[in-house]
Amino acid sequence: MADKKWMPRWFYQLASPRWCYEITGKLLPFFAVAALLLLVAGCVWALAFAPADYQQGNSFRIIYIHVPSSILAQSCYMLMAVAGAIGLIWKMKVADMVAKCCAPIGASVAVLSLATGAIWGKPTWGSWWVWDARLTSMLILFFLYLGIIALNSAIESERTAAQSTAVLALVGLVNIPIIKYSVDWWNTLHQPATFKLTERPAMPAEMWVPLLVMVIGFYCFFAVVMMLRLRNEIIQRERRSGWVRDLIAG
Amino acid sequence: MNPKRKQRLAIVLFIVFGAAVAVGLVMYALSQNINLFYSPTDIAEHKAPEGTRIRAGGMVVEGSVKRDTESLQVTFDMTDYANKVTVTFTGILPDLFREGQGIVAQGEMNSDGVFEAVEVLAKHDENYMPPEVAEALKKAGKMPEQIRAAGAE
Repeated sequence: MADKKWMPRWFYQLASPRWCYEITGKLLPFFAVAALLLLVAGCVWALAFAPADYQQGNSFRIIYIHVPSSILAQSCYMLMAVAGAIGLIWKMKVADMVAKCCAPIGASVAVLSLATGAIWGKPTWGSWWVWDARLTSMLILFFLYLGIIALNSAIESERTAAQSTAVLALVGLVNIPIIKYSVDWWNTLHQPATFKLTERPAMPAEMWVPLLVMVIGFYCFFAVVMMLRLRNEIIQRERRSGWVRDLIAG
Repeated sequence: MNPKRKQRLAIVLFIVFGAAVAVGLVMYALSQNINLFYSPTDIAEHKAPEGTRIRAGGMVVEGSVKRDTESLQVTFDMTDYANKVTVTFTGILPDLFREGQGIVAQGEMNSDGVFEAVEVLAKHDENYMPPEVAEALKKAGKMPEQIRAAGAE
């Protein structure tokens, strides 16, 4: 029973697929409404009301998709690696499911980030793609997601699949600080971060406030998609347990 | 935590740190190759490879851009506020190319010490602002590139 003191109670509750299914069912509508409101408000604000940039004109507005999707691609990877580690250490089924659900969402936002970056790069830099450290490390992140999806579906046993993908995700975790600091460590074509924790952003408030709205909107959207996938996964894997049978029988 | 879990936690930490150390060493060994471009100082100090195609990056010097009236040829000076390199390029420049703007050019040094570029990319900095703000800052001499130039003098 020494175990019980190590982590707060909710951590052990999370381990129960049934509890997880019930709590996500309650949270889902709130996140769905928040995502819808924030994304619609953010898009209208960003496209119609935010001022144009002095050098790039209107083409800078792609930042409102590019930056949130890049941030989300990295956060999603971190969540996947942490969930994978919890699955490895505590052998928690729900953590394995969370890690599995993260990969396709992360791969999609990584593609979105790479595509919007290329579309912006052509008029601004004069090139769709440059092999600089930031762009290359982001491409590696995308390949890591693909590798994790492939590995997970190649292994029949759910438990073994979860363990191997968790190890791959943990090894790939080293890429996240590389993406973040690539623009500071090396000469890159990609500009350094506009937002730093210690300094004022190199952007006026009428530009970054809609960006913040979009980032939070993207996170809410991620939460919605994540919970939907997780609930599917729980039902699928627990289909033989009593509570799922009762649920389906109505 | 029971001993089994502790052991698994140690394995997880070992994987993460092991991967970080391995990748860190690889990147340390390759650090010169990961840099996208050489600065004019690297070229002046012969740190950049010679007689082969390289990328060079720096700021376009104010008032140095000369356009040929007959063709698409452009000549300009590029600086890192320590050394200068003259660049010549024939072709279409990106929208953001202007004096005081950071650029990355791909090409080769010729025997006259002029950098013959085959591709010019504009480097955007991390500053964004509406045109009216840019106008006001320019009047006050507080634009980011003006501050950088003043700091280098």
